[in-house]
Amino acid sequence: MKAIRANGLTKYYGNSRGIVELDLNVNEGDFFGFIGPNGAGKSTTIRTLLGLLRQDSGSAEILGMDIEKDKTRILKEVGYLPSEAVFYSGMRVRDVLLLSANLRQKDCRQAAGELCERLHLDTSKKVDELSFGNRKKLGIVCALQHNPRLCVMDEPTSGLDPLMQREFFRILRERHSQGATLFLSSHVLSEIQRNCSHAAIIREGRIIAAGSVEELSKTTARRIVVHGGVPPAGLTGIRDLREIEGGVSFLYSGDINPLLRELTRHPIQDLSINEPDLEEIFLHYYKEGSENHDISEA
Amino acid sequence: MILVKHELKQSRISLLVWTVSIGFLLAVCIFLFPEMKGEMNDVSDMFASMGSFSEAFGMNQVDFGTLQGFYAVECGNILGLGGAFFAALCAVSALAKEEKEHTAEFLLTHPVSRSRIVTEKLFAVLIQIILMNAIVLLISIGAIAAISEDLPLEEILLLHFAYFLLQLEIAAICFGISAFIRRGSLGIGLGIATVLYFLNIIANISESAEFMNYITPFGYADGADIVASVRLDVGLVALGLTYGVIGLFLAYLKYSRKDIS
Repeated sequence: MKAIRANGLTKYYGNSRGIVELDLNVNEGDFFGFIGPNGAGKSTTIRTLLGLLRQDSGSAEILGMDIEKDKTRILKEVGYLPSEAVFYSGMRVRDVLLLSANLRQKDCRQAAGELCERLHLDTSKKVDELSFGNRKKLGIVCALQHNPRLCVMDEPTSGLDPLMQREFFRILRERHSQGATLFLSSHVLSEIQRNCSHAAIIREGRIIAAGSVEELSKTTARRIVVHGGVPPAGLTGIRDLREIEGGVSFLYSGDINPLLRELTRHPIQDLSINEPDLEEIFLHYYKEGSENHDISEA
Repeated sequence: MILVKHELKQSRISLLVWTVSIGFLLAVCIFLFPEMKGEMNDVSDMFASMGSFSEAFGMNQVDFGTLQGFYAVECGNILGLGGAFFAALCAVSALAKEEKEHTAEFLLTHPVSRSRIVTEKLFAVLIQIILMNAIVLLISIGAIAAISEDLPLEEILLLHFAYFLLQLEIAAICFGISAFIRRGSLGIGLGIATVLYFLNIIANISESAEFMNYITPFGYADGADIVASVRLDVGLVALGLTYGVIGLFLAYLKYSRKDIS
């Protein structure tokens, strides 16, 4: 079963573009990354899927349920962490957790206690006294304490220190191993690459690439770093040429033999040929991809 | 009823402040009556002959020398205006505050339907209005007993009931507005209550403006009229409650389809 299936989902804010004809498929049990810079449409997608916004056209299902007709049933199975978690002023952390559990008609005390302990969240504090990071932690506990089948997290690590980020991903991996589907939106590509099995890249409200993180990272292009010598001239397929200390770095997507022949004509001190990381591929999509890129084009 | 409890908890200080304020002012007014009673017998005629001013506040219809006459005008204005402000503020922020305070995302991503949210918030507003009115009525009756005056129970109960209906109507209208707005709710609430109050004053002054009583709930909740006739204008009450029902209908309609920012 698909955890998320969106077909031609479109949402405009007046004349401003939110998302356009968005297609998205996330399998149940997947650890899915949703990548894009600010304003690309990540939050609009999530908010439309969760029923906060009404789509202008298109349809979507979450865990096999229609996002318009089965909104309440869907929300029973979903844990959501917004990018900026805001809670009712004057309440204590434990009251917020209790309110959230009560709204779900579930006793979540044990799970909440364990999560708060692991995330070092003081439940006696008032939410007004919490730092941004601690509010984020409270949001995480609210999103996870009822053991949802699908966790939707919008920029989950912003505000968390590196140790907490590590603990947070440990918790997510545990949930994933227990069968939960995890859907993370982020512009921190390294965390998507490290943790997610599949990902989609959104650009100006449209999905421009989607697939396994491995596939997305797989490309004929290589990052070439040459120390010594001079930049190879007269070769096609070179882009993102940068001068670095004592050499050059560039992405090369042509035949490797002419490149090696060209390089051997100069005295080289060091040469490295690597697959570009997801960040470089992401930038590639953003710089060059204008319309509906296919993974293989990367 | 989780949300009702939550709303009441969130609003408890506001409810306490408004109830104590209105109750305190009513009690002070009542405690002044014995001292003013003697003088009132002399000035009643004067109050009744101040032309438009007397008509505006209905002072030409009641005897200020009696507790019910004094209560209808003096306490009626406090309860009428204070109650209207309270009801308007309570209701106009009920739905809008979630977006204004950015808590809508938290609330609406829980498995609670929008119509249930509207219903429970509406109940919370209703309970607050009932509590405020019940406590204020008890304070009034207690204060009247404390000054050892005969209790004009029928008139007092009818008066309080009329103001209760007025508050329900204003609350329902403001609740409907609350579904449409995201911020600025307090100004709108206070504005509506104030405008409705002055529409009644204008309607009382000029015959050609009497039709305004069909717009404002202060038309059927006019203390002097009620005490003078010991009855409510059922037609105006029904019209007012119809406005309220329209407000509530719009609240459900709008909020169930609203994009939450």
